[in-house]
Amino acid sequence: MIRTEALTKRYGPILAVDAVDLDVREGDRYGLLGPNGSGKTTLVRMLLGLVFATSGRIEVLGRPVPRRVHEVLPQVGALVEGPAGYPHLSGRTNLRIFDAAGPGGSRRTRRRRVDEALDRVGLGGIDRRPLKAYSLGMRQRLGLAGALLRTPRLLVLDEPTNGLDPRGMREIRDLLAELNAAGTTVFLSSHLLAEVEQLGNRIGVMDRGRLVVQEELATLRAPTGRVLVRSPDAARAAALLDGRVEARDGDALTVRHDDPAGLNALLVGEGLRVAEISAQRRSLEQIVLAATTTSADRIEAVP
Amino acid sequence: MIRVELVKLLRRPRTWVAVALLCALPVLVAAFVAVRHLAPAPGRGPAFLSAVLNNGSLYPAAAMAMVVPIFLPIAVAVLAGDAVAGEATGGTLRYLLARPVGRTRLLVAKLVALTVFVLLALAAVVGTSYVAGVLMLGTQPPAALGEPGGVTSLSGPPLTSTQLTLRVLGTVAFITVSMLGVAAIALFLSTLTDSALGAAFGALAVLVTSDVLLTLDAASAVQPYLPTRYWLAWVDFFRDPIFWRDIEHGLLLQACYLGLLLGAAWANFMTRDVTS
Repeated sequence: MIRTEALTKRYGPILAVDAVDLDVREGDRYGLLGPNGSGKTTLVRMLLGLVFATSGRIEVLGRPVPRRVHEVLPQVGALVEGPAGYPHLSGRTNLRIFDAAGPGGSRRTRRRRVDEALDRVGLGGIDRRPLKAYSLGMRQRLGLAGALLRTPRLLVLDEPTNGLDPRGMREIRDLLAELNAAGTTVFLSSHLLAEVEQLGNRIGVMDRGRLVVQEELATLRAPTGRVLVRSPDAARAAALLDGRVEARDGDALTVRHDDPAGLNALLVGEGLRVAEISAQRRSLEQIVLAATTTSADRIEAVP
Repeated sequence: MIRVELVKLLRRPRTWVAVALLCALPVLVAAFVAVRHLAPAPGRGPAFLSAVLNNGSLYPAAAMAMVVPIFLPIAVAVLAGDAVAGEATGGTLRYLLARPVGRTRLLVAKLVALTVFVLLALAAVVGTSYVAGVLMLGTQPPAALGEPGGVTSLSGPPLTSTQLTLRVLGTVAFITVSMLGVAAIALFLSTLTDSALGAAFGALAVLVTSDVLLTLDAASAVQPYLPTRYWLAWVDFFRDPIFWRDIEHGLLLQACYLGLLLGAAWANFMTRDVTS
């Protein structure tokens, strides 16, 4: 669906995006993570033909961008760096105006499509209040409705749950999962790890313009070959498993072992009590922190 | 997209405030003149004002002479300066381009909307000032001057109402082209910056500079090429016979400015990164 080769964008001396080979496949729920200022938004803007690449190639829906971007965009729903609209007009009018501005949205079905999109994002009952009276969460929902208007094949969403409360985030996540199950490819960028962890099936991590990780979430989070055990009899367990215990902290042990069930049977067979036992997996946070260096919005003083 | 731009223009309160203000000035002047019955001496004050004292039918021409030098260009510069920069600041530019609206198409739609605004404003000014002129200044044939009725041209011979209507339409067309010149300056600047105010201010700076240089004898070499040089040439529509030379020069000059600046605006906008 999206494929870039050595995509690079330079703003003067600053390398915003550096030789990125992005690969988003049909049906993916692709989560692009990275600290603030790591180049996520610039990358998204290049995919939509808003920013022109310094070098490299982009292909979206099998067509080169930006050369044939006008054939691609009617099938793409986008939310870029927060929603926007005309503040003196109502949400409905805003959606109608954006729909009427470009191709691919039939005039005959416009009213119905606008109502459906508003229903989907939970704004079915909005009145004629102007956009300037909307809360941040309402604007975010309206922006999503705008992206859904023409049932796109690909959704490109930059920080889609920004400004939503936990319940709203959950609703949007469920909506995106539902759309994905119906065949829409979802590409979202975020710095919220939990959001990506719960929605994505493939992850990319950006750091200072480079794509440093691109992998299936399941692979990234595969067991590490260690088992975490919590036991009131930790001291005896450590003695029993001598040589395989990598760390002990009070009643918690980290044991080098491939099979939690087997380890559990072994411990219980020796008469040891086991309170908790599970295979160790790296959290997404550990993966991202290991792959990235520092936040670009952090500027240290040079001594 | 053009339809969308027109809807946006017409549904924006700002448009109507601008039109109302443009209409209010001539009405205010008409009220003063009617009450005091005291027009400026011929050759002083706004053009035509001394001619309309006895016949309000020519008042639309006087009204246009009032709004063209400053008021209308300011309104046009503000709107045109906002055209692209305003969308960029509001964040709607990226959504329009991602919709997708072609960049060329977007510029054309903006230009069409600006033209419609100028025509709308001029139509409103002509309409209200005609009503105000006829109601407050009357349509008495200036019998005292020995004229057989109708409106007197600036050169003396009377004009029939058909002639007058045609000449007012010619004036509206000429002013529209002149104002599109202003719009082209502001639109070009609007594609350069994300600040709508900056673009409008830049366009006004060009106009003020041009006006100052026009009064300066030392600058006579460049005067024929200044954008405001022929702005009031439409006054020649109200001579009999019509004095075409300045009108033609004015149209030609504005056509050059339009071609140059719109070309520059297009070239800049097509290659620009939209990062707002």
